[in-house]
Amino acid sequence: MSRTITVSPVTRIEGHAKITIRLDDQGNVGEARFHVNEFRGFEKFCEGRMLWEMAGITSRICGICPTSHLITSAKAGDDILAIDIPETAEKLRRLITLAQWLQSHALSFFHLSSPDFLLGFDADPAKRNIFGLIALDKEFTRRGIRLRKFGQEIIEVLGTRKIHTPWAVAGGVREPFEASKKDYLLNWIPEAKETALLALDTLKEIHVKFEHDIPNFGNFRSLFLGMVADDGALEYYDGKLRLMDGAGNIIEDKVDPKKYHDYFGEAVEPWSYLKFPYYRPLGYPKGMYRVGPLARVNICDYIDTPMAEAERRVFKALAGDAGVVNNSFYYHYARLIEILFSVEKIEMLLNDPAILGSNIRARAMINREQGIGASEAPRGTLFHEYWVNQDGVLQKLNLIIATAQNNLAMNRTVHQLAMQYIDGNKVTEGILNRVEAGIRCFDPCLSCSTHAVGRMPIHLQLLDAEDHLLSEIRR
Amino acid sequence: MTPTKPRVATVWLGGCSGCHMSFLDMDERLIELTDKMELVYSPIVDTKEFPRDVDVALVEGAVSNVEQDELAHTIRRNSRIVVSFGDCAVSGNVTALRNRVTNEELLHRSYVELADVTPQIPREYETIAEMMKEARPLHEVIKVDAFVHGCPPTADTIWFAVSELLQGRMPAFSPVYLRYG
Repeated sequence: MSRTITVSPVTRIEGHAKITIRLDDQGNVGEARFHVNEFRGFEKFCEGRMLWEMAGITSRICGICPTSHLITSAKAGDDILAIDIPETAEKLRRLITLAQWLQSHALSFFHLSSPDFLLGFDADPAKRNIFGLIALDKEFTRRGIRLRKFGQEIIEVLGTRKIHTPWAVAGGVREPFEASKKDYLLNWIPEAKETALLALDTLKEIHVKFEHDIPNFGNFRSLFLGMVADDGALEYYDGKLRLMDGAGNIIEDKVDPKKYHDYFGEAVEPWSYLKFPYYRPLGYPKGMYRVGPLARVNICDYIDTPMAEAERRVFKALAGDAGVVNNSFYYHYARLIEILFSVEKIEMLLNDPAILGSNIRARAMINREQGIGASEAPRGTLFHEYWVNQDGVLQKLNLIIATAQNNLAMNRTVHQLAMQYIDGNKVTEGILNRVEAGIRCFDPCLSCSTHAVGRMPIHLQLLDAEDHLLSEIRR
Repeated sequence: MTPTKPRVATVWLGGCSGCHMSFLDMDERLIELTDKMELVYSPIVDTKEFPRDVDVALVEGAVSNVEQDELAHTIRRNSRIVVSFGDCAVSGNVTALRNRVTNEELLHRSYVELADVTPQIPREYETIAEMMKEARPLHEVIKVDAFVHGCPPTADTIWFAVSELLQGRMPAFSPVYLRYG
């Protein structure tokens, strides 16, 4: 008798991602799917808007990473104006990009993931959240909250607001850095470094605590994509694309992000609003690749800040003979290394006199009718491609969101967890936690396509072939 | 026995989560809130369904698909005070920019024209939610008791609104809190 397990939010509650797992006649796991449940239509309704508005509109794609859309949109604008932006503008954009990484990564680790790790996968669901964490360890939580706050404070100093600043624009940025704020921001650095190191220590304890679970958390070979600098260093704002395979071989290198469409295509499935990008030469779905912290820390040759580079070497040792770290659980580790990198790099940029310059915006008319911007959002490489007319009115656009590029891998992870933990009729509450936590290694910014910022409320049904309910678990 | 704390829910309908991120921008004040309220339902806590006997529900986002429509009615039935939380809930805002285009055109662009293989419009409605014809502000779908403006409202605005509501008062916003965008 074949059966379907639906791991899904109850229809009337919030949560816009679902999981379904089908079992064959023998009770073995067949297909397992991660469904994204929300569509907002930016790729169409932005038509007719002016190029200059696009940074402000597209930042509203996502409240978690608005600054990544802002910067990527501004870069697509630079391409359409066909100009190089002033040095000060580039450095300030770099600063805000790192601030975005910092606040988003801190959110992922402290606010969203730590409750699972510190209270436990099997803790009371009513307490397994940031407020439960406050009750458990107020000081640890306060530090995490303040680390995210530091990132948001930088964004506010530059862009006058923490969320949805319209500060970056085609050609540069709108306002210079206010020199009087420099010391205020620099004063945060020691605390931020300390918190980043505390998080790394905590995570290493977590690695020991969950050593039996970790091997099942999306542990498979795949391609990895991200930007690297010209010298192979970890890059976040303006590098070339590198694609590495699951054995550490470089498959593509020094690819201009503007050529993304020659290398990557998008597929559609009827059961998800999140598209499925793939590497063209391998086709769909074989061309699965992962982006984001795990990819970036894997593919770079080194990190050009000392503390993060030292930690990267420890990370790399996890790869063993494979050459790259293939286990998705270590997204968390890579994310914390990137937090440390961001803090170190922010300090370097704040001490760079060039950020105080007043030449912050180059001006030009529409010089090209098509332009592409790319940058590394917290969750991976983000692409905006715009087509405009001579007046700068949007004719068409294509957005390749970081989380979408992990879609195939997230589905694979769900499948792996199901294979590991589901055995015929036996469905335990622990499965729910672990399937969910598997997806959340990727820190999917489903806001960019859906909604499940924190935990997915889960409703798991075991149905027989005629859809009769055999058993049911809710959380 | 400690007296029962007010039961607060925060909900995320058709929007970007920016209002929720601004809620988190209350930073250390979140720690104070743990003594003053119980967060019984929210994207940032583990909850199964929208609970009964909610004192205050902050609702972010426009009502954009059939599941959100259903949820909005559940929120109204189960909550004493419903607050439109941010510009998408208040006016439709960016989520409603899609209203000048038909759903078929929106879907066709993303899933047919911009697909390289397997172009098709996702329609497996057992697993994904069907879009409503238009994204509508919350008060057009259910009765709303208070409105908090901003895209997103600032953390200070949210702190003021929540503090007033927790003390049983409707927030009377001075002009400093009233802004769109």
